[in-house]
Amino acid sequence: MKVFQKTKMLTDAHLHYCPGCTHGIVHRLVAESIEELGVQDKCIGIAPVGCAVFAYDYFNCDMQEAAHGRAPAVATGIKRTHPDKIVFVYQGDGDLASIGMAETVHAAARGEKISIIFINNSIYGMTGGQMAPTTLIGQKATTCQNGRDPAVNGYPIRVCELLATLDAPYYIERVSTHDVKHVLAAKKAIKKAIQFQAEDRGYSFVEVLVSCPTNWHMRPVDALRFMGEECTKTFPLGVYRDKSQG
Amino acid sequence: MASIKIDELICKGCGLCANACPKKVISISAHRMNANGYFVAEAAEPQNCIGCAFCAIMCPDCAIEVEK
Amino acid sequence: MSKILLHGTEAICEGAIRNGCRAFFGYPITPQNEVPEYMSVKMPEVGGVFVQAESEVAAINMVYGAAGAGTRAMTSSSSPGVSLKQEGISYIACARIPCVVVNVMRAGPGLGGIQPAQGDYFQATKGGGHGDYHLIVLAPSSVQEACDFTYRAFDLADKYRVPAMILADGMIGQLMEPVELPPMRDLSEIPEKEWATSGHYGKERRVLNSLIIKPEELEPHVNELQKTYDEIYKNERRALSYMTEDAEIVLTAYGTPARIVKSAVNELRRQGVKAGCIRPITLYPFPDDAYAACAVRDCTKAFLSVELSLGQMVEDVKLAVNGKKPVYFYGRTGGNVPDEEEIVRAALESLKKAEAN
Repeated sequence: MKVFQKTKMLTDAHLHYCPGCTHGIVHRLVAESIEELGVQDKCIGIAPVGCAVFAYDYFNCDMQEAAHGRAPAVATGIKRTHPDKIVFVYQGDGDLASIGMAETVHAAARGEKISIIFINNSIYGMTGGQMAPTTLIGQKATTCQNGRDPAVNGYPIRVCELLATLDAPYYIERVSTHDVKHVLAAKKAIKKAIQFQAEDRGYSFVEVLVSCPTNWHMRPVDALRFMGEECTKTFPLGVYRDKSQG
Repeated sequence: MASIKIDELICKGCGLCANACPKKVISISAHRMNANGYFVAEAAEPQNCIGCAFCAIMCPDCAIEVEK
Repeated sequence: MSKILLHGTEAICEGAIRNGCRAFFGYPITPQNEVPEYMSVKMPEVGGVFVQAESEVAAINMVYGAAGAGTRAMTSSSSPGVSLKQEGISYIACARIPCVVVNVMRAGPGLGGIQPAQGDYFQATKGGGHGDYHLIVLAPSSVQEACDFTYRAFDLADKYRVPAMILADGMIGQLMEPVELPPMRDLSEIPEKEWATSGHYGKERRVLNSLIIKPEELEPHVNELQKTYDEIYKNERRALSYMTEDAEIVLTAYGTPARIVKSAVNELRRQGVKAGCIRPITLYPFPDDAYAACAVRDCTKAFLSVELSLGQMVEDVKLAVNGKKPVYFYGRTGGNVPDEEEIVRAALESLKKAEAN
């Protein structure tokens, strides 16, 4: 009896992600959630620009590739004209919290009935390791090579907390992928985000801490430990809004 | 008897499965490499497998199937 | 059918709605504020979608999403806002998504002014964003045409799977004139888009994308786009020629200046000068044949392009005339619109210059 096998909601394409990058895990969690909720035939996904730029090759449903930062606007256009469809948005921290911050905040403020999966790995991965809005204080990146200095580079942005000041969002949670327990918790959150959309309840946002062994210059296992111990200090895990809990 | 199947072509030898396995079933081969040049993960101690699927849960590439 | 008095911007909205536009994404900017205002009321009435986006950048990307999912979608702005949309338009062109973008031009560059201008001609016709792509560009010169061209733009965009642009100057946008409105088209008449991403798991999956990272795949794709533009050039060039058959001086203009040029031609004729004018309807594809036809006539001595800019369309006129006759330019900027007398004087000077050479 098969205990675990790959979901049909992922295509056969091999993931291009670096060894040990937990982007791949989150892809699976999103795909499994869609399949388990049985919404795959009316699902439209939006791929960002960043490490996940090839996500349209991986999710086995209709996909659109958005310009850098504009995925929430593209999603708004689709969802508003196709309210019966499930629209999920997959973005990295550069895409969502830097160039796309206005789209992020306003889609949330409007309460667009979409599900946003926000990958926070504190770095620009695809372009080779530059500082992101979520780069930790003191963390090295190719554009802050002595470590992020707030006097020069400002402080990391906590997007969940920021969006939680808005009235419209239905569900906001930050989860992580640094061990099995947390991956299973992340799956629960991602599934809720899509389920709330399927039940037409409102805007859902799940921020997922993800590792970047290549640009953190760590072995994959050490990168998970760094995520669990360091990243969660700046980005506390937890539920920041859940209107389903009354 | 629980067992795992690792798709050696997809595996990138990242070691997250080995790290997650509570029974130390998996280890990264020291000499076997796949076509992409990665040292692949392998079930070195298959008899210890309890089918918990922790390895598959942590695998970023869906390279592992688990049976019980 | 009776005529009703309509504002230019409202005529644009009616032209869109009556040809099946059911999604509008806009942002406030003078001189086209009435477009989003009108759409915010009318779209819900016809079961359509209206969103005031957080920026023109967001608006064009909402069009990308909605149109990519198969809905006839439109956005509107004015010069600075249209500059913000350029990246989005380039993506839309590459992903071959049909849509309509309206530019009610104002004086530039920079924040510029809010009075009418035509300084966005290059941006509209040469591709204002990155890469090799084009939009079909239609230039209304009346409120009636603002309605009719917007209506037609949706069919052209769908036919060729390209973005189409309505390029009007601020005056056309802000004029009120009587308009005969086309009947409301039944949505079922509009062919379904089999490439649209509207949820097809299991059947053939659809992807709309402009990332083609392998050169050996991107080049054929870009060549495919060019084949479409060649097809558009062959089939869709449109211009109106007025009294050019025996004209010594052929004036040319689009939008508001075209109306004043026409009266200048009549005035020149009254003064015994054989003048005529060409009014391009499509700015892309540029109706070069209309100019070439005049250029070969012995009677034609010179061309004069009149624009609300420092001279942009004049370059296309020169290309069309191909050196056979001199091509001159007269323009006003800053939001100023030339009057008939200025144009008559410029035409006479051009003739004098041509005869001197």
